[in-house]
Amino acid sequence: MTTKNVHVKIDEMKTSTGLIKNLELSIGKVVDDSWAEPMGPTPMPSLTTLRDWDMKLLNRYKPFYMPDCDLCCLCTYGKCDLTAGKRGACGLDIGAQSSRIVLLACSIGAATHTGHARHVVDHLIEKYGRRHPIDVGGLNVKVEAPVTRLVTGIRPETLGDLEDVLEYCETQITHCLSAAHTGQEGNNLDFESKAFHAGMIDQVGMEVADIAQISTLNFPKADPEAPLIQMGIGTVDTSKPVIMCIGHNVVPSVGIIDYMKDSGLADKMEVVGLCCTAFDNTRYYDRAKIVGPISWQLRFIRGGFADVVVLDEQCVRTDMFNEAERVKAPVIAASEKNCMGFKDRTNDPADEIVADLVSGKVPGVLILDPDKVGEVAVKVAKQIAPIRRKMKVLPEIDEIVALAKTCRQCNMCQRSCPQDLKIPAALKAATEGNIAPLTELYEECIGCGRCEEVCPVKLQIHSFIVKAGEKYMIEETNLCRAGRGAVQDVEIRNVGSPIVLGEIPGILAVVGCANYPHGGKDVYDICREFALRRYIVVTSGCSAMSAGSYKNDEGKTLYEEFTGTFEAGGVLNVGSCVANSHIAGAAIKVANIFAKRPLRGNYEEIADYIHNRVGAVGLAWGAYSQKAASIAAGFWRLGVPVLVGPHGSKYRRMLLGREDKPEDWEVYDARTGDKVNIGPAPEHLFQTVETPQEAMVAIAKLCIRPNDTWKGRSIKLSHYIDLHKRHYGVMPPDLHLFVRTMADVPMTMKDEITAILEAKGWKETVIPDPTLLPRMIRKKKE
Amino acid sequence: MSCEPWQCAEIAATKKANPIMKPDVAVAMIKKAARPILIVGSNATERWMEGRQLIEYIIDFAKASKVPVVATAHMVGEFLKRGYEPAGFMSAMDIGNRLVDPSWQGLDGKGHPDLALFVGLPYYMEALILSGLKHFAPDLKTITLDNLYHPHASWSYPNGTLEEWASNLKVMTSKFEGGQQ
Repeated sequence: MTTKNVHVKIDEMKTSTGLIKNLELSIGKVVDDSWAEPMGPTPMPSLTTLRDWDMKLLNRYKPFYMPDCDLCCLCTYGKCDLTAGKRGACGLDIGAQSSRIVLLACSIGAATHTGHARHVVDHLIEKYGRRHPIDVGGLNVKVEAPVTRLVTGIRPETLGDLEDVLEYCETQITHCLSAAHTGQEGNNLDFESKAFHAGMIDQVGMEVADIAQISTLNFPKADPEAPLIQMGIGTVDTSKPVIMCIGHNVVPSVGIIDYMKDSGLADKMEVVGLCCTAFDNTRYYDRAKIVGPISWQLRFIRGGFADVVVLDEQCVRTDMFNEAERVKAPVIAASEKNCMGFKDRTNDPADEIVADLVSGKVPGVLILDPDKVGEVAVKVAKQIAPIRRKMKVLPEIDEIVALAKTCRQCNMCQRSCPQDLKIPAALKAATEGNIAPLTELYEECIGCGRCEEVCPVKLQIHSFIVKAGEKYMIEETNLCRAGRGAVQDVEIRNVGSPIVLGEIPGILAVVGCANYPHGGKDVYDICREFALRRYIVVTSGCSAMSAGSYKNDEGKTLYEEFTGTFEAGGVLNVGSCVANSHIAGAAIKVANIFAKRPLRGNYEEIADYIHNRVGAVGLAWGAYSQKAASIAAGFWRLGVPVLVGPHGSKYRRMLLGREDKPEDWEVYDARTGDKVNIGPAPEHLFQTVETPQEAMVAIAKLCIRPNDTWKGRSIKLSHYIDLHKRHYGVMPPDLHLFVRTMADVPMTMKDEITAILEAKGWKETVIPDPTLLPRMIRKKKE
Repeated sequence: MSCEPWQCAEIAATKKANPIMKPDVAVAMIKKAARPILIVGSNATERWMEGRQLIEYIIDFAKASKVPVVATAHMVGEFLKRGYEPAGFMSAMDIGNRLVDPSWQGLDGKGHPDLALFVGLPYYMEALILSGLKHFAPDLKTITLDNLYHPHASWSYPNGTLEEWASNLKVMTSKFEGGQQ
């Protein structure tokens, strides 16, 4: 525990040794370190503290760059053409420039989460005080902040302690960002190392944000049975006033929900959310509803469902004020980071603001006081709902048919569509009264609206698609588990051994945004496949929504079909973006709680443990944002592989291992100091997969770890082989690289695999106590 | 036929693909290459021309030209279902990563490819991989057999219709010994 800003003033004091007059003493910080665990080697690492560790990973998983742009236009030397080895005016080449862009993305992501955390912590300290205790799971969670403990060496006990953690994060993010300035870093691998650093800091920032809000706002506390929340546009009772909250920061929504409840309006209004604010609303108030992922913003607004739109921060469509104005829905911007050009009305009387919004005198306002946001939003919704009569801008079908006849078939809509959707063909069919092709686009459309921006005859193509899919839209009635937050220590104790030994075949974290190549069903299918195979499936963010948006043959969503416990066959939603830290936290806790590895300021050893022993894989099937990049980077530094869907290739840099280079796959056996070849396990650190079938095979393979026991390896190989044969039609060609002893071979396939091993000239090897760190070798070789 | 990027924002800077205005040009380059490979992506079963899937045209072409095929994603299973065994299969990223490594000796271990043909990957993925090869594999020539213009390739067909695409693939197949099979 630390105490900040102690100020002592003594006008006069007599003591046995003398008289003290006019003494003023200021102390920036009093550190009361009651944590018995000794400090590890790397508390609060600087930009270069973990550079050696990063280089170990980067030498095995070398960057493969796919520049999205041949130019650099970041300074006035430029534009510089960096094509094919040319250096720019500052001396940078395209490899370093590409990794610089990765660093920028990760720094933006880390700054966004940390900025979010700063706002939440400052607000909650103001409301609850610095001494408010951190409590993320009562007696079930003793390691309350595993990432923070690991990185900073601080064990936060109160909200005030989180300020120290944030100060460290803010300093590091500033350094990371500064390294991207022209004429700073010049080597691509050093840029990559700094991107890892930003990712690690991002994990801390996310954890701070989430444990602060869990501790104060009565969110589910590591609860496997967190409530099931109604989800989907069809669950919204549009006969009531509807307040729609978009973004990631729950603070303004808390103001809305509190005011609504205090006014006795809880049964008379709907508070719904999109993107991560939806999750945190429902963690605070289980009668709030989740509309859906980020990509449904336009759908919901144009469908006329929202009476008031409240915008906080992150992933909000930046033209939301235009869209809301079209349906006469007033907008309240509630974040300093997202003012939308509205006048700041924070200090005006609430009723004046309400009158201006209801009358339409102003389309929107900026209010930075969350309590006032609550009062204004509720009052406006109540008054305006009967006036608006759910005004919508979706055209009727006969209008679509008529308007489609003006289409010039220029193809610009398809050429601007990230999904390459066959919009011209669908419009052509519509001219003949056939709406079915437009309806088919509904599931795959990611709601970006680029089609409309380029249409030379200004067709509202996205509205056409939404109207054509309206039947599906209003039938969307699903259930999503509220974000449970952390994983309990006791859950870790229960599964630590089978995870590390490989008997639970893996942990699959399905996270991130909704920029899917073919709709959200792929997310559901992948989650269900691995839950049925008794992997532990963890979800968060928009992916958690998509996972819950489809049903099995019995009409059950994933969250009804599978337990929410962190155990084999569990499907647990940790919560919003910032709750992703609990996934990293769970892996860290396996090393600390199960394996008793020291945690405090001991990053390298814990990451080495996770990389070699914890069969975890992240899948961000629809990742789009800089935050997703920094989240991934946080996992890279922990040695956890991350897969992205095809759009994730636009992150323009992969970290790929080479299974055909045996020299890349050596570890130390910590028992003997011998170097042992462990095969490509895990093969990649960051990889784009093209199809869900490929994703499933890759997930099974990437869960393989050097430490697997023969029994664990046998189980993991069974899943890998089964999925490979199902989707690829053949045995895996690299199977021999993962068999260390014949005991690793699944019993039922012994004859077939033995023949393969013989043909490959396979030789038995040992199962090491694997480490990449020479200092972890217990017996040094002479 | 247009030589603008199919997806409007996928523009290149100072070096953009030469257009292949007739299939004989592509055929000549393939015949000239010592070690060509053909990388086939997941759209091979998604694109249809004249009632046939792209993958069927590719199998015809690969059989006739003897260019070894690398199937990405889960396409190996689709080839095998149709009785054709590709020379190799791996993820699109893996084959891209190998192609930028001059020490990689190809699928058969006999030498680095000097020509990489691409077809049937999602447009943006193919564009990015071609960009990676343009920058980091300066000695490698790349050609796309898609009907969509790819500025980062060395050579690309212009944007064309499905009919033109089918015709180009058939003509290319017919130009190799044995013709279309």
